Amino acid sequence: MSYVYADYEIKRDLTRCTTCGICVKQCFNGVHSLIETEKGVRLVSDESKCVNCHRCVSLCPSRALKIVRSDLFFRENDNWKDSVIKEIYKQAESGGVLLSSMGCPEEYPVYFDKILINASQVTNPSIDPLREPMETKVTLGKRNHEIQRDKNGHIVCNTSPRLNLELPIMFSAMSYGSISYNAHKSLALAATELGICYNTGEGGLNKDFFKYGKNTIVQVASGRFGVYKDYLEAGAAIEIKMGQGAKPGIGGHLPGAKITEDVSMTRMIPVGTDAISPAPHHDIYSIEDLKQLVFALKEATEYKKPIIVKVAAVHNIAAVASGIARSGADIIAIDGFRGGTGAAPTRIRDNVGIPIELALASVDSRLREEGIRENVSLVAGGSIRSSADVVKAIALGADAVYIGTAALVALGCHLCRNCQSGKCNWGIATQIPELVGRLEPETGSKRLVNLLTAWDHEIKEFMGGMGINSIEALKGNRLMLRGVGLNEKELAILGIKHAGE
Amino acid sequence: MKTINCEKLDFSKLGELIREEKEVELINCEGQRFIGAGTENKKIIINGVPGNGLASFMSGGEITVRGNVQDQACDTMNDGNVVIYGSAGDATGYAMRGGTIYIEGKAGYRTGIHIKEYGDKKPVIVIGETAGSFLGEYQAGGIIIVLNRKDDKSPVGFFCGTGMHGGKIVIRCAKEPKNLSPKIRIKKANEEDLKEIKRYVFKFCEYFSEDANRLLNSDFYILTPDSENPYKELYVQN
Repeated sequence: MSYVYADYEIKRDLTRCTTCGICVKQCFNGVHSLIETEKGVRLVSDESKCVNCHRCVSLCPSRALKIVRSDLFFRENDNWKDSVIKEIYKQAESGGVLLSSMGCPEEYPVYFDKILINASQVTNPSIDPLREPMETKVTLGKRNHEIQRDKNGHIVCNTSPRLNLELPIMFSAMSYGSISYNAHKSLALAATELGICYNTGEGGLNKDFFKYGKNTIVQVASGRFGVYKDYLEAGAAIEIKMGQGAKPGIGGHLPGAKITEDVSMTRMIPVGTDAISPAPHHDIYSIEDLKQLVFALKEATEYKKPIIVKVAAVHNIAAVASGIARSGADIIAIDGFRGGTGAAPTRIRDNVGIPIELALASVDSRLREEGIRENVSLVAGGSIRSSADVVKAIALGADAVYIGTAALVALGCHLCRNCQSGKCNWGIATQIPELVGRLEPETGSKRLVNLLTAWDHEIKEFMGGMGINSIEALKGNRLMLRGVGLNEKELAILGIKHAGE
Repeated sequence: MKTINCEKLDFSKLGELIREEKEVELINCEGQRFIGAGTENKKIIINGVPGNGLASFMSGGEITVRGNVQDQACDTMNDGNVVIYGSAGDATGYAMRGGTIYIEGKAGYRTGIHIKEYGDKKPVIVIGETAGSFLGEYQAGGIIIVLNRKDDKSPVGFFCGTGMHGGKIVIRCAKEPKNLSPKIRIKKANEEDLKEIKRYVFKFCEYFSEDANRLLNSDFYILTPDSENPYKELYVQN
């Protein structure tokens, strides 16, 4: 007997239901089933298996289905919430570590929602992006301080390798294995069309996707899955993954069940074996060691690729970033504690790390204070949900942002947070061929392009309103931000004034 | 074969010079890092001590070192052969996927950590004497052979094979190694087991003038993981 009761109820409007059985086929969790009764066939539901992904609701042709929150409750208790009690039951029944997916859903402050953006009135003119040129293109990488000239006085072109993006937005690392082939293809196609980059995550690069290399960031993490010379050379940049916002300080683990034939080929490990990424890189225990991996990668790729170092936003992030900026890395990616994941221990996801807004602001300030801000570009991720978040992140000091969850939502993710089960009915976080086929890469790519084209317009509207026509001029321009309902300390860390000041 | 004098050469300059050659002999190597990083089919002979990151991401070819090597040689090596006439530092062969490493002397901490195999790729690390702690930690494939040619009582350190989920570690020693993770199966090698490693032992003896019969006519212990999915039972869906 399990004490864990279903979270949801399935409401089937029998006056509308035609017993067509589409819901049965669509739900891989096995919620719906057709049964024969004396009065004919009937559809029944087992709500205990429902994850509230809305697949059946969206595809029911007669709109007969609805999923509602179960109103079964434990006695009201603000301290011992229902979820807390259920989690204890689950652990008492299994002895297991609670495993969740997607970003931290708990009630912590979202600083982006407490920051407002400026606009011009009277004293400087705003710009209409529909009529006037407006630039959202960015170049990521180290900026050289000094210009070198040869004997004849000509400038020696010795710029560090760069990453050129048409928009200050990239798709963050999601591995093939954690997400499907079609999801990866959607991201690759969209990145190519938009002139930005997607990121392989630590899952290697499928042979079919080498052709999108110009718009691909290849990741090197502690497990080194799928990492070999051709892979390193395939991408536009190489990202060393030191940490991830959803699970700072712990490793990754793709269960053997998800290592299908094709995933195995891409990761270069046998079918059915666990893919374990150790928590640390066991060759990196210091900034000096990190520098070593940065240069090993640079040597291996003949200094042609910018190197990104991705770290989770943790308490001493400013000091960590200062070290990375001196390691030879070209770009630092910081992932806030709300960043998504295909699977992470619930307790880690919900209790470790700090918000990206504070981490970003303190890193940018620290690097400026130390005069090394131009050594690196900063990429912020970990719950960038809209163009407004992009604008705020850039004004707080980012050069560009990473989006993961937002991109998946564009592809049809309903944030049911059950990626770890591998049975994503939307064809995103799954390797089951029938489910993967539900996501059409061309349609997926179109939806991603639509989303970011719309965001780009919105960013330009924001910029125009502020009288800024180049995204460069917005970078770290914190005067364009004001806080609402923030205390002195929070304002000081964010480096912004309170609204009204 | 071209000879490069490494004296006072910066590692990136040396890397540039090596990239131009197909076969090269380095003399006076004084700790330059990343020699052979990302190379594919070169023959490199090194006299002296190469620095950290020797043969990182190497994808084929042959490197011979007449001397010791520093830390983290052969990081994520994909193919090729590295022969070290001396000892190797820490984290040798990190996440290596293919190729072979022969070390005449000792290997440092974390040797062969997270090595893995795939398809026809099967990394092999042969250590002449002893290895430091954490040998084969997280090992997912391939073979690590500790020949213990000087008959040390404990040829491996602590935490040997912790988190191992594939491949095998073969240790030549009179008694079963102690302090192993409980998730490891250990057994005394029989004739059949030794068949697989024989050719590597012969090759080792050829490189370093050792008596193969002496080594092979002794007890070997074989360490393998007890599951390919060690963490399966660890989690509960939430």
